[in-house]
Amino acid sequence: MNMSGREKLGLALIAVALIALPFVLALAGTAWVRITNFAVLFVLLSLGLNIVVGFAGLLDLGYVAFYAVGAYVYALLASPHFGLHLPFWVILPIGAAVACIAGVILGAPTLRLRGDYLAIVTLGFGEIVRIFMNNLSSPVNLTNGPKGINRIDSFRIGPVNFSGSDTIAGLVFSGPIKYYYFLMLVLLAVIVINRRLQDSRIGRAWVAIREDEVAAKASGINTRNIKLLAFAMGASFGGIAGGMFAAMQTFVSPESFVLNESIMILAMVVLGGMGNIWGVIAGAVLLSFVPELLRYTVEPAQMALFGKLLVDPEVLRMLVFGLALVFTMRFRPAGLWPETRHRREMNENRA
Amino acid sequence: MAETLLEARAIDKRFGGVQALKDVSLTIRSGEIYGLIGPNGAGKTTLFNVFTGLYPLDGGEVLFCGLPLNLESPHQVAAAGIARTFQNIRLFGNMTALENVMVGRHVRTRAGVFGAMLRTGAERAEEAAIRRRADELLHYVGIADRAGDLARHLSYGDQRRLEIARALATDPKLLALDEPAAGMNATETAALRGLIEGLRRDGLTVLLIEHDVKLVMGLCDRVAVLDYGEKIAEDVPESVRANTKVIEAYLGTSAH
Ligand SMILES: Nc1ncnc2c1ncn2[C@@H]1O[C@H](COP(=O)(O)OP(=O)(O)OP(=O)(O)O)[C@@H](O)[C@H]1O
Ligand SMILES: [Mg+2]
Repeated sequence: MNMSGREKLGLALIAVALIALPFVLALAGTAWVRITNFAVLFVLLSLGLNIVVGFAGLLDLGYVAFYAVGAYVYALLASPHFGLHLPFWVILPIGAAVACIAGVILGAPTLRLRGDYLAIVTLGFGEIVRIFMNNLSSPVNLTNGPKGINRIDSFRIGPVNFSGSDTIAGLVFSGPIKYYYFLMLVLLAVIVINRRLQDSRIGRAWVAIREDEVAAKASGINTRNIKLLAFAMGASFGGIAGGMFAAMQTFVSPESFVLNESIMILAMVVLGGMGNIWGVIAGAVLLSFVPELLRYTVEPAQMALFGKLLVDPEVLRMLVFGLALVFTMRFRPAGLWPETRHRREMNENRA
Repeated sequence: MAETLLEARAIDKRFGGVQALKDVSLTIRSGEIYGLIGPNGAGKTTLFNVFTGLYPLDGGEVLFCGLPLNLESPHQVAAAGIARTFQNIRLFGNMTALENVMVGRHVRTRAGVFGAMLRTGAERAEEAAIRRRADELLHYVGIADRAGDLARHLSYGDQRRLEIARALATDPKLLALDEPAAGMNATETAALRGLIEGLRRDGLTVLLIEHDVKLVMGLCDRVAVLDYGEKIAEDVPESVRANTKVIEAYLGTSAH
């Protein structure tokens, strides 16, 4: 794809802004860098779920299970729990692979299900995984149950440990800032992969299944395999995100992988615009940041205005969240930034 | 005499108490246009669905190119060389016309996830070939100017053409059209007729369900008539037209 000079300039500016961002955020407090990192993590998750829900049209309400699988794989292979301390670049691919297998295991029995039924089964799957994590502490202590796994290793590249700060050329690279850059690299790769998949033979097959499964079959698509592939690909992304989550938190427990998280990720995909990568990213960023912004502004604002706390930020958060979804569904059912196959194709034809 | 392309032997299909197809046998020869007519509810579409693996059959078998056709999985039927259109148009509405046809190439191409993620040379070459072929087919059916439009935004006649282009993209030996002229005006029907004649010239075998008797009689080499799930006639158009059973079947059922 050839870009015009304007587009190149725009991209360059965005790149510079993203590179400078963590240092700007750090001025407001390292917490904001952490918040941003979690937002990026959710962008990764949303992009993974987008393959299943947005492209292939398979409603998956248990996506957080793959995030959990990735996180636990990392936790078990890099913590004192088993005394294993593998490097992250070994574990992340293992986590992706294990999550991928979990995706196929979930996908296989659901291939004949559609819509509501599929949603219910995947929801159950998500819960099963969480319950497993909760209970696999005896007779063999695999997951340490509800207590979770502690003291997970941070990333380490040669002498650089992601848990501490390094000063390079007068700039302080705190742990979160290092994770930020790593996350950005992963995000870049995931976006490229997503775009390539979308414009590929497999990507078209996914969308065809979403649009009309019978016609897709009759057109020669092995719908069974192609759906499994969607589950597997989506799950792998979830697994990678989970691994990074474990390393960033240095602690995992089943509590982090509740149904609410699945719903949140799904909401990000739907709010932004199912099927459109940029829409999904926008949705994930929005739904990650707005609650945090509320948390940091609502309380001081109320204190200043009324001298006391009238509405709890947590309540407001759910309110805003619910309203946002209701209004999107009412006024922009295809999402804030819907899929634009149409325009894209037109441009490519002209080029 | 041309060789046999498809042979259906004693096909039975029931829906609960309804015997939709009863002991239907027919033979389609290579290169011909084979018409399938009958009153509403006679079982024509059901026969299509059986041939393309969408409905499991209750009895009988289908031979294609002399070999038993695996009807378990529709995609294998497509791979074997049978493509179809649907009576109630089934396009991928939110994909462009070009993409719809590109999907049809799926079964003749092989790039997988890794090829796509890495954009390997082979994958890129294949994508370019898919796009080229899809473009050709859009020209062939005469809607190249709509390539970038969403399928659901096309006019009814153009949607029917797009369905044909998508079916052709699978490189079929047999193209099965379920009432392609339904809902078309006279001009569109004439154009469709030209298109189907062109397909025959290019060596394709066509199985055609159609209510438009003039179209069927004018186009088809042979015609089979279904009535209440049974084949009551199979012959050249002139003889079918004169067949008393056929006349009876149609009497009062519609204004043909
Ligand atoms: N999926 C189905 N479930 C139950 N009954 C069906 C199904 N499909 C078809 N039938 C029944 O089978 C019979 C044949 O239907 P079919 O659609 O094959 O007729 P047709 O010849 O294509 O008619 P038309 O000219 O109206 O398209 C009808 O009685 C119909 O009600
Ligand atoms: Mg019919």
